[in-house]
Amino acid sequence: MSWGGTASHQAPLDELRLQQPGAIVGEIARARSRASLRFRLIFALTWFVFVGGLAVAILSTGRVHPDFIGEWGPFILAAIPITIFVSITSIALATVFALIGALGRLSTAAPIFALATLYVSLVRGTPLIVQIIFIYLALPQFGIVLDPLQGGIIALGFNYGAYMTEIFRAGIQAIPRGQVEAAQSLGMQDSLIMRRIVLPQAVRIVIPAIGNEFIAMIKDSALVSYVGIQEVFWRASNIGSRFFKTFETLMIAAVIYWVMTIGFSFVQERLEQRMARSDRRI
Amino acid sequence: MTASTAPLRDPFAKPGVLTPLGAEPIVRLLGIEKYFGSNHVLRGVTLEVYPAENVCIIGRSGSGKSTLLRCLNFLEEPTAGSVEVDNIHVAADPLHPRSRSHRELIRQIRLGAQMVFQEFNLFPHLKVIENVTEGPMRVKGIPKKEALELGDRYLARVGLSEKRDEYPGRLSGGQRQRVAIARALAMEPKVLLFDEPTSALDPTLVGEVLLVMEDLAHEGRTMIVVTHEMSFARDAADRVYFIDDGQFVEAGPPEQVIENPQDERTRQFLARLL
Repeated sequence: MSWGGTASHQAPLDELRLQQPGAIVGEIARARSRASLRFRLIFALTWFVFVGGLAVAILSTGRVHPDFIGEWGPFILAAIPITIFVSITSIALATVFALIGALGRLSTAAPIFALATLYVSLVRGTPLIVQIIFIYLALPQFGIVLDPLQGGIIALGFNYGAYMTEIFRAGIQAIPRGQVEAAQSLGMQDSLIMRRIVLPQAVRIVIPAIGNEFIAMIKDSALVSYVGIQEVFWRASNIGSRFFKTFETLMIAAVIYWVMTIGFSFVQERLEQRMARSDRRI
Repeated sequence: MTASTAPLRDPFAKPGVLTPLGAEPIVRLLGIEKYFGSNHVLRGVTLEVYPAENVCIIGRSGSGKSTLLRCLNFLEEPTAGSVEVDNIHVAADPLHPRSRSHRELIRQIRLGAQMVFQEFNLFPHLKVIENVTEGPMRVKGIPKKEALELGDRYLARVGLSEKRDEYPGRLSGGQRQRVAIARALAMEPKVLLFDEPTSALDPTLVGEVLLVMEDLAHEGRTMIVVTHEMSFARDAADRVYFIDDGQFVEAGPPEQVIENPQDERTRQFLARLL
C-alpha cells in the first residue's frame, strides 16, 4: 500500500489515529505478525512439497523397499545415543585441549608457544580420518592399545581441540585490555586474572562457536565407524552392504544426522538469543 | 628506601591542610621518562604527594597526564625514573623482564595506589557487590562475610546500596563509575588514582561522580586526579599541576594555577577551556 492511497483508504486510519493515538501501533504490530506468519507457512509448505515430492518420486520407482526400512530402521535409530555420546564426550575433551592450546598460543614463553603452535599446525595439516586410524591402528605398534570408543573419542577431541584452540584464543583476545588493567590494578596476579576475569568472559563469547563445532562434530563422528564404533553410520553402511540395500540405509542415516543437526541448531539459536539479552555484558 | 637514593625532589610539594604534622610524602615519582617508540611522552616528571592531599593534574589531551598516572602503578613501564608508594620503591627497568620479586613489589604498589579508570572497567560478568568484593576476597584473602560487609559499606559510601545485586550492564555511566570508586575504596588503598574519571560520561552524569570525589577529598583521602574538570580542581585540590608536552610547566595552589596562571602555556590552555 502506498502512502498516497485513496481517500477511502485513509479515512478510517485517520479517524482511528484521532480517536486513539496508540491504536495505530497495535495495528502495525498485527500487520507485521500476520506477514511473518504467512512467511513461515509458505516456508514450511515449500519444504514439505519438495521433500515429500522427492520421497514420493523415489518410492514410485519401485526400487526402494519400505518394508526393509521398517524392519531395519529401528536398529539404525537405536545407534543415535552412541553418536550423541561420542559427540558430547569428544567436544568436552576438545574443549579441554582447546583451552590448554589457547593458553599456550597466548604464552610469551617461546617453548610453550612453539608446542601449542605445533599442535595446531600438525592437526590442522593432516586429515581427520588419518588421525583416527592412526590412533587406533598405528599406536598399538608402540604398545598403546585403545578400545575403539576410547580411540575414536580421543582422535575427535584431539582434532577438534586444535580448531577450537583458535576459537578460544580469539575469545580471550576479544576481552578488552581495560579488564586486565582493572584486575592488575586490584593487585591480582596473572593466573588469577585469567581464571576469574578473562576466561569467564571469554567462555561466554565462544559458546556460540562451540555450538557450531558441536554440530559439525555430530557429522564428523560418522568417521569413527572406521575403527568399529557401532554408531549410526556404521550400522547404516554395514546393514546396507550386507543386504544390498545401501540406498535405504544411507537414506535413514542421512535423515537421522539431518534431524539431529536441525535440533541442535535450534537449541543453539535459543541459547544465543538468551545470551544476547543477558545483562552480563557492557 | 627514601629520597637519599634519588637526587631529585619536587620543588612544588608541600603538605596539604589535612596532612598530619611531620608526615613524609607517600607518593614519590622521580624523573619519570616515557617513550612510546620514538615518541617522548614524559620528559622527566617529578611529583611528590603528601598524605591526605588531593593533587590534580591538568593539561590538554596528549600532554602525557594519563600516561603519568599509568606509569605510577606500572600499567605502563616507565623508560626511566623511579616510583615510590608508601615506602615501596621500584625503579624503571625497561630492558629486562621483571623478576618475580620485582613483580611482587609492583603488585604492592598497585595495592597501595588504586586506580579509577576513564572507562570504568567494571567486570561485566560479576554483580555490583561482587565487583567490589573481588579484590578484598581474592587478593587480600578476606573471608566472604567480612568482604561483603566491607563491600556494602563502600557501596553505601557512593550511594549505590540498592544496586548491589545488579549487573554493571544495567547501570548508568555515573553509577558505573561510582561502583568503580567503591571497588577501589574497598581495597583500602593509601592513594586513589583517578584517570579522567568523568571524561566518558554524559554531561548530566558528571555531577554525581564529582560529588563523591569531593567528599573523598574532604574526608582526607590521598588522591591524584587527572581531570578536565576545572571546577573540581578549583574547589577540591590542594595543588594543581599543569602538564604540557610531557613536563610540568606550572604547579601550585588552585587559586594560582587556575585563577591566576603565571605561565603562558597554562593561560592558553585555560582560555581555550573556559
